[in-house]
Formats: sequence, structure tokens, C-alpha cells
Amino acid sequence: MIAIIDYGMGNICSLGNALGRLEAEWTLTSDPEVINSATHVILPGVGNAAEAMHNLRSRRLPEVIWRLRCPVLGICVGMQVMCRSSQEGDAECMGIFDAHVKRFDSAPGVKIPHMGWSRISNLESKLFNDIQPGSYMYFVHSYYAPLCPDTIATARHPALFSAALKYENFYGTQFHPEKSGEAGQQLIHNFIRL
Amino acid sequence: MPAKRIIPCLDVKDGRTVKGINFKGLADVGDPVELGARYAADGADELVYLDISASADGRRTFTDLVGHIATRINIPFTVGGGIASVDDASRLLDAGADKITINSAAVANPDLISAIASRYGSQFVVVAIDARQSDGRWMVTTHGGTRLTDRELFAWADEAWSRGAGEIMFTSMDHDGTRSGYPCGVFSRLCDSIDIPVIASGGAGSADDIAEVLTAGKADAALAASIFHYGDMTVGSLKQLLKEKGIEIRL
Repeated sequence: MIAIIDYGMGNICSLGNALGRLEAEWTLTSDPEVINSATHVILPGVGNAAEAMHNLRSRRLPEVIWRLRCPVLGICVGMQVMCRSSQEGDAECMGIFDAHVKRFDSAPGVKIPHMGWSRISNLESKLFNDIQPGSYMYFVHSYYAPLCPDTIATARHPALFSAALKYENFYGTQFHPEKSGEAGQQLIHNFIRL
Repeated sequence: MPAKRIIPCLDVKDGRTVKGINFKGLADVGDPVELGARYAADGADELVYLDISASADGRRTFTDLVGHIATRINIPFTVGGGIASVDDASRLLDAGADKITINSAAVANPDLISAIASRYGSQFVVVAIDARQSDGRWMVTTHGGTRLTDRELFAWADEAWSRGAGEIMFTSMDHDGTRSGYPCGVFSRLCDSIDIPVIASGGAGSADDIAEVLTAGKADAALAASIFHYGDMTVGSLKQLLKEKGIEIRL
């Protein structure tokens, strides 16, 4: 069973639907026992990183997540709160990935949020099996993780940033695989087979 | 910059697609879920579904439909038509919509933009603006272009942006339905004046028109309906043509 962590951050409808299309069984939960017994854990997230950390702490979930040994995937803000910190709301985060999340700098011609389909490159994980370098994924974000030793995929807006991160059994994607067409579906397929 | 997006638009009335395309191998072109899935498979970057039902029953049918679309479609989709309150937006979000689009209701009540954006985030709110030239100025219209307001296009786009709109979808009512191309000078000025994506809608008669609005017009995306309904241009063939013109397109 796949556990999607419920911590009151946005709707998980599209993620559940994506797992449903792959005929995977999943449950939405904030119960540590259910999370600990899951084969895979997904930390979704839409919204504000500081609020996300507050919600995780008030449910005592960071200590549950730190101890997990199964594959864990953070998506978008779910990935950002697995980094060391975020400039958004000056949030101290879970510190799993060695990155400090920053806001995109305003510049002429650079739209914020970075919204739409961008290419991912420098793919370095089984998470990207059967996904070609240069594939397009769907992004919606105003904050990003810079390149760091945990980077396993990059994208540009316009400078390079981390499109995905990995540390041991923890994975994170800045983009939304559940909204990224066939390539995104392949990534979720790969994750649930890790 | 992300790739330029091509967004087919499907009009839905009482749960059925209006003006469905006669795709080969598609048994029921009136089924919005099947048609949307076909567009997605053909390379659409997003979909827009507009509810043009006039009845309460039609609205309920549309909400159910949004749930079916969300289950099936693996790309982002926007829904609109008759959204007049935060509750309307919440109902469609809960059903699985990625974004909503508001038009006349936002003009009548600009606080609606702020209210939905602060609750669900700017990425959820697309403000559609219909405008036409009146005495040499671009003025906003509502109710499908039938009512001229005293709001000026650029000022209204700026206000929508500052109230939290995540994208602006602009239609020139002087060009809509004419298949004569877009007013690219107006698009270019609009795109330079706000820092959020602009979706060009209404007026495309050919791939060249779309290429022009995405380059000279600086638009981030093009919404199209009739170009796919007439002749035999598909989403895939349009995107291939745009790519050959050197535009960044997801293929």
C-alpha cells in the first residue's frame, strides 16, 4: 500500500487519480502507524512552505518521515520541505536534501511563477528509467532548490536549478509528475517499483 | 522559458461536447472525456473546458464531468463558465480541476479574484478578458462581448494581476470567430505590461497566425477551438509546424 501523507496542504485528487490510472493501491493518511507500514510514501504539497512545515510539525510528522526506510517521494512543496530551509516564510525545513530553497529572482522576461512545460536533463536515477533526457515536465513554482550534491535532474528558468533530488531512499521532484502526461506517468510507475 | 503551450478548448453543454471534432476511431465525439483524452494523446499541453449550459441541471452535470475528466486526463486542465463565487470555485477544485477561469463575474466583482487566489493560490486563477476597440481604446466587454464596460484592457489586466490572477487569457472580440489572425501589437504590449503568462484566444485561422502571436505577440500559450474543428489540422500537426518555425514546443 502506498501512503499519501495528509497534512492539509492542497488537494491530492490528481495524485490519487494518477496512482489509480496505474492501478496502484493508495491511502491518504496522517497516522504514523499507517505511514510506517507503507511500501512507498508520497509527500504532496501545494502552497506555502512555512505553512507546510507548520502543518507537518503540528502532526509530529517530521520525526516519522526521517525514520522511514521505504522509498519516499516529495512533490513540489513536498520536495521543498525536505530541503534544509526555504526562503518562503523563512522556514526551517526537514533537512533531508542538502539545499536551501530560494525565490526566483525577478528579471526582464522571466515570469514568476515558473509555470508550464520545461525540459529536464542530467537524469541520474532509476526514477528516470525509460524517460529520455530533454523530456518535458509540468512545473508550477516560485521557489526552487539550487543545484547541490543531491541533484538528480536539472531544469532551467532561465538558470539551472534542481528539477529532482535524491538522498538515500528519499526522492523529490519540483515538477508535478501527476500532471506531466506520459513522461510523468512513467516516473510514478518507476517510483512505485523502487 | 517554458515551452509555448497549445491549449484546445472544448465547449460543453449539458455534459456533451459542442462542435466535436470527427476524429478517426473516436466513437463518440460528443463525449468530453474521450475527446479530451484524444487531444492529450495528440500532444495538447493543457485543456480548457467551458460550461455553456444555461440550467442548474447542466451545472451539476458539469461538476460530475469534471470528476471524470480528472480521473482520466494526465495533463493540467482548466474549467470555466458561470463561476461567480468562491463556492463555485471550491466545488470545481474538489472535483479535480487544476485551474478555473473567470470572466464577467470578475469584472462585476474584482474581489472574487483576490478571494479565490488567497484561498487556493494564484496558479488556480485564470482571468479571461474579452475586449474590443472603442473610440481608439481597447475596452473590456462582458457577457460574450455583448456588454461594453468602462474598464480599459491594460488597466484591468494589471488589476487582475495585482489581485492574484496567475494567468490572463485575452480574446479580442474584434477578431474572435473571424479566423483572420490576432492583434499582435496589443498582445505584445499586454505581455510586456504584466509578469504572468498570457494566453492568446480567438482569431486563429492558420498555424501562421498562432506562430505570429507566440513570437511577435509574445504570448505564452494559444487557446484554439475552431482551427481544430475545420480542415484537418490536429494538435500534433500544428505543434510540428510551430516547432519547424523555431518556436519552443513540447513534442
